[in-house]
Amino acid sequence: MGRHLDRLIERGCKISAMLSKRLVVCLDVRGGKLAKSIKFVDTKDIGDPIARARQYYEDGVDELVFYDITASRENRDIMINFVEEVARQIFIPFSVGGGIRSVEDATKLRNAGAEKVNVNTAAVKRKELISEIARAIGSQSAILSMDIRRVNPTKEIPSGYEIVINGGVTPTGIDGLWWAKTGEKLGAGELVINSIDADGTKDGYEINLTRMIADSVSIPVIASGGAGKPEHLYDVLTGGHADAALVASIVHYGEYTCRALKEYLDNRGVKIRLNY
Amino acid sequence: MITIIDYNAGNIRSVQRACAEVGVQANVTSEPADVIKAERIIFPGVGAAPSAMAYLNKTGLDIALTDVFKAGIPILGICLGAQIILESSEEGPQRCLGLVPGKTVRFRLEDKLLKIPHMGWNEVTVAQPHPLLDGIGPGDEFYFVHSFYPQPADKKNVYAVSSHGVDFCCALGSRNLFAMQFHPEKSGRLGLQLLERFARWDGTLTG
Repeated sequence: MGRHLDRLIERGCKISAMLSKRLVVCLDVRGGKLAKSIKFVDTKDIGDPIARARQYYEDGVDELVFYDITASRENRDIMINFVEEVARQIFIPFSVGGGIRSVEDATKLRNAGAEKVNVNTAAVKRKELISEIARAIGSQSAILSMDIRRVNPTKEIPSGYEIVINGGVTPTGIDGLWWAKTGEKLGAGELVINSIDADGTKDGYEINLTRMIADSVSIPVIASGGAGKPEHLYDVLTGGHADAALVASIVHYGEYTCRALKEYLDNRGVKIRLNY
Repeated sequence: MITIIDYNAGNIRSVQRACAEVGVQANVTSEPADVIKAERIIFPGVGAAPSAMAYLNKTGLDIALTDVFKAGIPILGICLGAQIILESSEEGPQRCLGLVPGKTVRFRLEDKLLKIPHMGWNEVTVAQPHPLLDGIGPGDEFYFVHSFYPQPADKKNVYAVSSHGVDFCCALGSRNLFAMQFHPEKSGRLGLQLLERFARWDGTLTG
């Protein structure tokens, strides 16, 4: 087998050496009757999230994240139906987050067609939730999302990065680096590192934070918050050591297509999927 | 019509939905009697080899699969379904189906920067032509999620390779059986096209 492959390589068959970096698009979804609208801080409605998702899928996004911003128990069933519809239209991996509080929630969403589920606040409140979900649906499907803000380093928060919960508004006194490592130990298969400071600025990702965490864990890291230009994605995927870059508004408002972002990265030598 | 075997090992519905997307009707079954009558079979699966084999042995699906393989029915294995068609797996002491000589092995990576599971998009390089791989060229990527990979004993069964610290077989075949470690149902258009080709495949190396 090994020798056979050596011969293939000698004959000039190029074999890629590594996984591609991933472009991830996040769509915020509201439950109830408004499940099919997407809203951002300026409350501009940009339409049907499933149609958008399909558009990004055709445009070459590598993975999608749907975030239920209402995240109420009443909306669970609506979210399940929504996920089933997404799964009928999108044939790449996607994850779902927002309000997942139990293994049952996670399992239902997984069975409805989500490749992965995201937990955030509920895992901070009860960290066993991560292990329970990893056991039930596999580590590779258990994503821990973290909202993190910069603070002055203290004894409790030596890294100078603090975990905030409830949509990034409630400080916890928990050190971000410690929480990332703990999440990995508990069985998370991937981390989303969302910088509250960078989020919405369009000034670029928090490179230092992303690299610090990516270098301290052996699971993939998705950088989130701050994307404004293609260079920002390049910076976080190279200097930030991220495995994936998450974007939202720069594609939702049509500033860039997924294709344009990926071609930019490819031109600068980042391995990224272009054939689709 | 495609028959998808449900043996309590995940991702059945996503495969079924992908078949629907390319206009192919696919029924799901756990019954050996349905498998024996099938025109065309998809053998998917995610999860662990030991529990999967225990389920196949208990239900008699192991015998049904072996019978349809011998009968020349086109079979497509996906992920775990590309591993347990070999004779054994390092994931456990159980015997596997043994439809293709070889074993399934675990990634042993020296480079600490490389992560296991191997999860994400990676390039698939065709090692020898096969009707199901028609049109796949340089730079074509597919979606992988796995910690083990198939290692056929004979290179004649290796149809495509990929690389993650080590070059590994990501598609293997023997006569009317073809199997891939990656997930065509999650690999966008290229994956759907592969399923479409399978729906038309006559189970021979020429057609």
